[in-house]
Amino acid sequence: MIERMQELLPGKFARADARPGDGPLIAMTKLGIHRDGRWLVRGVDMTIVPGEIVTLIGPNGSGKSTTVKAALGVLTPDEGEVRRAKGLQVGYVPQKTAFDRSLPLTVGRLMTLSRRRSKAEVAQALDLVGISHLRDAQVQALSGGEFQRAMIARAIIGRPDLLVLDEPVQGVDFSGEVALYDLIATIRDETGCGVLLISHDLHVVMARTDTVLCLNGHVCCSGTPDTVAASTEYAALFGPRAAETLAIYRHHHDHAHLPDGSVRQADGTLAFDHHAHGPHCDHEHDHTGSKARQDA
Amino acid sequence: MLESFFTRAIIAGVGVAAVTGPLGCFIVWRRMAYFGDTMAHSAILGVALALFFSFNPLAGVFAIAVLVAVILGFLQRRGTLSSDSLLGLLSHSTLALGLVLVSLMPNVRIDLMGLLFGDILAVSVADLALIYGGGAVVLGVLAWLWRPMLAGTVSEEIAQAEGFSPERTRLVFMVLLAGLIAIAMKILGVLLITAMLIIPATAARRLARTPEQMAIYAALGGIAAVLAGLWASLHFDTPSGPSIVVAALGVFALTSLIPLKNKPKDA
Repeated sequence: MIERMQELLPGKFARADARPGDGPLIAMTKLGIHRDGRWLVRGVDMTIVPGEIVTLIGPNGSGKSTTVKAALGVLTPDEGEVRRAKGLQVGYVPQKTAFDRSLPLTVGRLMTLSRRRSKAEVAQALDLVGISHLRDAQVQALSGGEFQRAMIARAIIGRPDLLVLDEPVQGVDFSGEVALYDLIATIRDETGCGVLLISHDLHVVMARTDTVLCLNGHVCCSGTPDTVAASTEYAALFGPRAAETLAIYRHHHDHAHLPDGSVRQADGTLAFDHHAHGPHCDHEHDHTGSKARQDA
Repeated sequence: MLESFFTRAIIAGVGVAAVTGPLGCFIVWRRMAYFGDTMAHSAILGVALALFFSFNPLAGVFAIAVLVAVILGFLQRRGTLSSDSLLGLLSHSTLALGLVLVSLMPNVRIDLMGLLFGDILAVSVADLALIYGGGAVVLGVLAWLWRPMLAGTVSEEIAQAEGFSPERTRLVFMVLLAGLIAIAMKILGVLLITAMLIIPATAARRLARTPEQMAIYAALGGIAAVLAGLWASLHFDTPSGPSIVVAALGVFALTSLIPLKNKPKDA
């Protein structure tokens, strides 16, 4: 029934909105997880609605993964309540996926790891993350960025209501990082799914995050990236320098450095020559490569 | 046809290899070679206990193998010793304990060489029924649990987040392994079972592009090794179990000449 409704809806990845309902995908109130005589997290409130990108940041051991596991239902709360929308489907990209090289696995086969999928579904998912040409490649031969794209394609192939990514830019170079964050936002725009992100790098919170939750066993502060960066709690936890870098990161992502050396501004225009940096933008990159597109 | 001991040996060997191939792939993928070895070694203790309390040796082997796997899981969770130390401890102590126990029973005469290295040429028709019946059950469960097992092999976290229970699948896998050891012990012996789990699977790796291909190639490679090994054993009058393992090594050496297929065809 739901399948048929999906077919009737326009758009590549349109979903039947009837599935999880329009309410929150996850509603967590006063979550507490107790292990070995101490509280890993306590009093965590978190809500994710469809189409929202929520990012969890915090130092090591601050309970980010614990919170996500509780949200997914892998861990049962010792205190408080976790409510998941009925029939919630989750696509999960774990922090580290390292399996033995002796396992032969093509990108196409990875797509059908946990469920049977049609060829069209596989093609669609690979197309959305931009690696259609790698369908027959062995997973172990992929670069860091390609591997993450394949893992994201695998996670979104079932058109999940919620996409959960644990440190998605690990092992990816800087320009790949920008492209991955763009991809995550694109997936959100095209599918309307909610996104829950964990970032271990305190300074790298994507500019398109709607809500940032800063954790340290409890929710230190939350809000838009700007609110959190400006909050005294955030500065107290990570130091004033961190607040500065958070702001800078947000600023300098009003443009993206494309692989061919050109620059895409926030309004979507492309610049093939030098670009002016704003007053707070002190990141370094190679300007010689951005003079002209070689194939232009 | 089944009157000839050699025909029975071939049928038995083919049946065992068809099961060790796919099961061995998971042993290789999950880096459990030493784990499989430990379970196989414990089979001696299983036989000894079965003789001592006079119950079915097969049941003894199966029960002890499962018990060793459970004890191992428990000790690993305690985390005071590293996994390889624990495996070494259990592997050799169960083997030694079994051998000591056997020697303490003066009125029991057992073929120790047969236990250690197998006696494929002494396979009875009843053994054949056991191999094919038990083997079909093991392969059937493996096929049934293929997707969750593979998902858990790639990432336990993904498997768990998407509704499988990796803990339970791991337990089922241990039970399957224990079952295989019980039915294959007579053919290959406790010291050579692991060889037929590991070698055909690693030989198949070079040719395979998907996990399913690797499982099928491993079974075929194992069957080829059984046929070549038995032929050599008859021809050169060598012991059958070791001859089969040497033939498997030959298959591995042959496939090693093929470059590893890791890149897309056009790259």
